[in-house]
Amino acid sequence: MSLLQDRISAARAEGRAALIAYLPVGYPDVDASIEAMVAAVEGGADIVEIGVPYSDPGMDGPTIQEAVDVAVRAGVGMTHVLRGVEAVAAAGAVPVVMSYWNPIERYGVDRFADDLAAAGGAGAITPDLIPDEAGPWLAATDRTGLDRVFLVAPSSTDARLASTTAACRGFVYAASTMGVTGTRASVGDAAQRLVERTRAVTDRPVCVGLGVSDGDQAAEVAGFADGVIVGSAYVRALLDGGGPAAVRALSVDLAGGVRRVGSGT
Amino acid sequence: MTAPHPPAPDVRDLPARPAWPDATGHFGPYGGRFVPEALIAALDELTEAYEAMRVDPAFLGEFARLQRDYTGRPSPLTDVPRFAEHCGGARVMLKREDLNHTGSHKINNVLGQALLTKRIGKSRVIAETGAGQHGVATATAAALMGLSCTVYMGEEDTRRQALNVARMRLLGAEVVPVTTGSRTLKDAINEAFRDWVTNVETTNYVFGTVAGPHPFPAMVRDFQRVIGDEAREQVLERIGRLPDVVLACVGGGSNAIGIFTAFVPDDGVRLVGLEAGGDGVDTGRHAATITGGDPGVLHGARSYLLQDDNGQTIESHSISAGLDYPGVGPEHAYLHDLGRAEYRPVTDSEAMEAFALLCRTEGIIPAIESAHALAGAMQVGREVGPDAVLLVNLSGRGDKDVETASRWFGLGDHEEVDPGPGLDTDQQPTEGAVSNDDATAGQDAGELA
Ligand SMILES: Cc1ncc(COP(=O)(O)O)c(C=O)c1O
Repeated sequence: MSLLQDRISAARAEGRAALIAYLPVGYPDVDASIEAMVAAVEGGADIVEIGVPYSDPGMDGPTIQEAVDVAVRAGVGMTHVLRGVEAVAAAGAVPVVMSYWNPIERYGVDRFADDLAAAGGAGAITPDLIPDEAGPWLAATDRTGLDRVFLVAPSSTDARLASTTAACRGFVYAASTMGVTGTRASVGDAAQRLVERTRAVTDRPVCVGLGVSDGDQAAEVAGFADGVIVGSAYVRALLDGGGPAAVRALSVDLAGGVRRVGSGT
Repeated sequence: MTAPHPPAPDVRDLPARPAWPDATGHFGPYGGRFVPEALIAALDELTEAYEAMRVDPAFLGEFARLQRDYTGRPSPLTDVPRFAEHCGGARVMLKREDLNHTGSHKINNVLGQALLTKRIGKSRVIAETGAGQHGVATATAAALMGLSCTVYMGEEDTRRQALNVARMRLLGAEVVPVTTGSRTLKDAINEAFRDWVTNVETTNYVFGTVAGPHPFPAMVRDFQRVIGDEAREQVLERIGRLPDVVLACVGGGSNAIGIFTAFVPDDGVRLVGLEAGGDGVDTGRHAATITGGDPGVLHGARSYLLQDDNGQTIESHSISAGLDYPGVGPEHAYLHDLGRAEYRPVTDSEAMEAFALLCRTEGIIPAIESAHALAGAMQVGREVGPDAVLLVNLSGRGDKDVETASRWFGLGDHEEVDPGPGLDTDQQPTEGAVSNDDATAGQDAGELA
């Protein structure tokens, strides 16, 4: 059983890709960030990545860093994250936690898995944890049935694509461009090529992240991937002061995009 | 016309490597690779190229030639009897890494990594720097080898170490002030990793210490171990026996690993790492990672770090920019857990007292980083008594710190600063009596809530 895979399959059955929204807990504050997540769901997100604030987000660009810095300084931690998980589940989307590894290790790997499962979370995406280093996390997710999403990148060898996807449950996160998070004018061929290479070694759903900012780009990615992951564009909407309304509107645009399969390519 | 090479070393003469790390970079429970998948290919490429180069006589010959003709190795071993009077009368010898070209041990590592960069066919290097010594060393090697060079430096540090910023720019490097997070070394490392993950096809990351993901801790150790390999022979030659205690300051830990490695198999030799105690470990304003932190993951490896209950890195505090880092290399964590090395904190005032003493008793202005090791020698010397022999790694020279030291001691016309303790060597500065606004200004802004 996999909450993430089930939801992505349901979208596929409708002939479309899933929309996956990322928002960090704690920007501009905990309550408002959770409201924004609910707004993202109301606008059409199928899955919400609930971001755990971290002081050293090595894979994130300036947009996400700016928001996360605020949350870190406010002392936002895992209990707030779990509130976000519950709220997203109650709003009808599938919640998945997105966290650098140290906050999970500090909270306690088994304790995190138990509390996340109890809150209705599907599992976690761990951008700086590779399966090679994930022993305790593989054990905890096997024990609790949680999903675990690892990343693949254009630079991954075929052998690594095979071993990493084999360790994933829920979906495979294809980091489409080399680089950090941030919106980009063009998502590029690298993403499609990576998805093709990944599909050659796994039957698991493949979702694409890093760079998508609007409905047209979402449509382009939906032409070759099972899910479209959008982060910086959502965070930008909040940084610009648009609040939940702007987040909802972005979801509506993106949700339209993932239903216009092929039109962008 | 090229300089004649030293005789090509026979690879069978290479000093024995410690039994760690394992093939995937683990020092017991520490080390490893906690990085985005996008970097794994680059780290694998680096590991493979390094392992091949490490035993390649052509590389070893070129490396040895540069160390001799460019860096000025071997660095001397200096007896410092007047300073030693303040160390309980123990005999004290300094390993003079301050006399290397560019003024610190950092050049040892950088020449190796720059040669490696050329070997893997990349044209650009990036580096992080705190005190600026690693940035200067990297800019120097880049100029020497025709590589383009970008150095990331916390904005806070660009102010504390303005001289080194100017040196890097003179050498042709681009210096990028980092304005995220605490604006110090840890944020410069984050920014360098972001650059690397984006530009990995053309760019090699020349990491400055024995931290970071595999292969950096092992590779940087191998490039720095020349310090201890030389010093062990020099001490044996001079006094016919091994030292009793080997001391070095620990930021990320490269100069310490560099001098420790040769002595690790010598069970009778105590290895002591001096961490930056800042205002005192009990004040929370320090950079004593092993003394005051606990295990976790930072900058690509598991080791000790300063962190809060949420796993957020806590900002460190030290008068020394080069030690102002909330992490430490995984091999030190391992040596600590094994009980093979000891780690102790030295406060800002203790370090500055030792700094002043060395200036006045021996005519050597040390880097403030290295002054922490000297302060350790004063403490340990008094504990072990006059028959002991202490070997101290003088990792760098103090030119870059003249401004900070002048403020600390109230010299010159820095009127805004309280006059500090004088340089009279008989006077013991009162701990915490001197404020040093320059070294700590702005760091509070990022304090975790
Ligand atoms: C002179 C000197 N010593 C020591 C250090 C600390 O680094 P490490 O602990 O890696 O030797 C630095 C860092 O900038 C330095 O410049």
